[in-house]
Amino acid sequence: MEVLVILVPLALGLGLAGLLAFLWSLKNGQYEDLDGAAWRAISDDD
Amino acid sequence: MQTTRDFSHYVKDLGAGLNHIDLAVEGVSCAGCMSKIERGLSALPDVTMARVNLTDRRVALEWKQGMLDPARFIDRLAELGYKAYPFETESAEAREAEQSRFLLRCLGVAAFATMNVMMLSIPVWSGNGSDMLPEQRDFFHWLSALVALPAAAYAGQPFFRSALRALSTRNVNMDVPISIGVTLALGMSVVETINHAEHAYFDAAIMLLTFLLVGRVLDQNMRRRTRAVAGNLAALKAETATKFVGPDEVSQVPVAAIHAGDIVLLRPGERCAVDGTVIEGRSEIDQSLITGETLYVPAEQGTPVYAGSLNISGTLRVKVSAASEGTLLSEISRLLDNALQARSRYMRLADRASRLYAPVVHATALLTVIGWVLMGASWHDAIVTGVAVLIITCPCALGLAIPTVQTVASGAMFSSGVLLNAGDAIERLAEADRIIFDKTGTLTLPELEVVNAAEIPAEIFALAGRLALSSHHPLAAAVAESARAKSPLLGAIEEPGQGVRARLGDVELRLGRPSFCGAEQLAMPTANLDPEASVVAFSRGDDKYLFSVRQALRPDAEAIMAALKDRGIAVEILSGDREPAVAAAARALGVAEWRAGVTPAEKIARIEELKHRGDKVMMVGDGMNDAPSLAAAHVSMSPISAAHLSQATADLVFLGRPLAPVLAAIDYARKALQLMRQNLWLAVGYNVLAVPLAISGMVTPLIAAAAMSGSSILVMVNALRARSVAVRRS
Repeated sequence: MEVLVILVPLALGLGLAGLLAFLWSLKNGQYEDLDGAAWRAISDDD
Repeated sequence: MQTTRDFSHYVKDLGAGLNHIDLAVEGVSCAGCMSKIERGLSALPDVTMARVNLTDRRVALEWKQGMLDPARFIDRLAELGYKAYPFETESAEAREAEQSRFLLRCLGVAAFATMNVMMLSIPVWSGNGSDMLPEQRDFFHWLSALVALPAAAYAGQPFFRSALRALSTRNVNMDVPISIGVTLALGMSVVETINHAEHAYFDAAIMLLTFLLVGRVLDQNMRRRTRAVAGNLAALKAETATKFVGPDEVSQVPVAAIHAGDIVLLRPGERCAVDGTVIEGRSEIDQSLITGETLYVPAEQGTPVYAGSLNISGTLRVKVSAASEGTLLSEISRLLDNALQARSRYMRLADRASRLYAPVVHATALLTVIGWVLMGASWHDAIVTGVAVLIITCPCALGLAIPTVQTVASGAMFSSGVLLNAGDAIERLAEADRIIFDKTGTLTLPELEVVNAAEIPAEIFALAGRLALSSHHPLAAAVAESARAKSPLLGAIEEPGQGVRARLGDVELRLGRPSFCGAEQLAMPTANLDPEASVVAFSRGDDKYLFSVRQALRPDAEAIMAALKDRGIAVEILSGDREPAVAAAARALGVAEWRAGVTPAEKIARIEELKHRGDKVMMVGDGMNDAPSLAAAHVSMSPISAAHLSQATADLVFLGRPLAPVLAAIDYARKALQLMRQNLWLAVGYNVLAVPLAISGMVTPLIAAAAMSGSSILVMVNALRARSVAVRRS
């Protein structure tokens, strides 16, 4: 069970990294235009 | 006089030699438009960034300061086939956007915490049944607390704040029981963890917040989108005024950049965009948007003019006034203030539900505690059971029941051309059992039209239309528009106040007043037949024709009136216009109850009378004179062409020429109210099943989690049905 000492912080750390990524993307304005983003993904302009 | 367009008001200086402007664009609806616009604008020299926002239908542009005039962007977009206009983000819209980001942040935090606490809870649930050591369980509980407590403190802010606001005004809203439930659940879990207990409810508390935040985010997004669209529509009206920048030099500036004391030029056929007083010139003005009166009013030095008035014949110079000094406007604003104050504090369904719900739930929890103590349980056990009752009844489904339906219904209304100004308008709209329509601009279209086009030979009509293109007079413009004329006749001469004439071969063509065309005798019967219409005469040599020009009824108005009656809604017309005009419209629409020449105060009096009788009155109007009655009615609606004041006062705004959106909105609202009630009963039903379990102390965190998510999902799925209404489309 000692392995929990490594696994639990690791799991929480990964979760936290996900949260930070979300907050960064929100701040970066990536949720301002969800309709447009959906189309940009398949446009072959750039 | 050469005019220039000046958009400097909208240009933002980003520093480092860069400028920024936001444009609202009409007709951007697909990915193709997006790349076409971006490529088209980037091709201009000095443009460093052009980015389309497809959700808000806007373009953000950045360019190097210097050579490039912002008017160039508008022209470029026009070449590409899009109408665009710069706009300024209103402070209200900016606030909505900020709130929307805040709720998303809260949701992100709550969702992260829910997933991680769940990861820590599941081992406890399964371990309790097998061989988990008490130390291990405590360790997992402490870790859950470590994640859940700060997360709840952050993500719960929207609820805690709103609950405190409600309590400080001695009210109860849904956020009060939510806040109490979450706080108690977390507090009890901490105490239980300290006591090495088997159960802790960290997961339930934070999951509750996550579900509720989903509802809040949806609700906020709906509001934000409505605001953005309304902002675009306002911008695309492109209201400009011709302002004197020198003694004889004028510039076309956006209305936002006009200040009191400025002098603006008002040409024939132009709609005045500001309030002010005429200081020079003589003309007639059409004030139908302000008073509902369709007869023209003479204007000369000293006459007050209001935003929305249409100048008919002569050029005017208008001095912009600071405040509304005219008697008409101050009368309207006084009535409006009164009506807004008297607007009875409508109790929303959600508030009514929570007013019933909170005392019942809190009493049940209290009785549970007392009951267990009386039956000999320890205080600790009794309180734990009491808190479990609060957790299981915490209004997860109840909190989602109404916002989810509102979101779906407003989305559906949006796609049938109705914008919501107020969230609770849906409930009030569903209750309406009597509609009062204004006539001018509401039942009729705001633009003038030739109504007897069918009686005139096509060749003559086309010729008259081409001749009409050479005049600025609104009646001529209506003829040209109805004839779909494109190419003006060469050598046409306008005689101000009379009409236009031109020579075609060796025949003279004239269009204008009947006297100008020598058709006075001919015009008499036509004018008497339809007193509301203005008569325009056209002569080719000795052949004379008459055009009857007026505001036509909206194309589907009659059908909509009938459909409203089918739904048990009484229809009534109250208009500020003259009696013959209103009588004709009422007859055409088959409306028996109508009154003409009604002043704003009389309209309010009528609404009060009906309210007193117990009717739920819906007011549909567009004029500035309707604004007070829009505020006084139970629920109100305006067409998009309405005066600013009316549009801001109305609960809903509808787009387009047909009246069908009014009916669609009512259908959607009725369906939505029905679903809201259903959802509330679903939530109650769930409580009826779960509460006995909780009272008897049999609820485990696992049961709480399953019940909570189950009921929330049920309510959300039910809300989706708000979209499916059989709507008549014309």
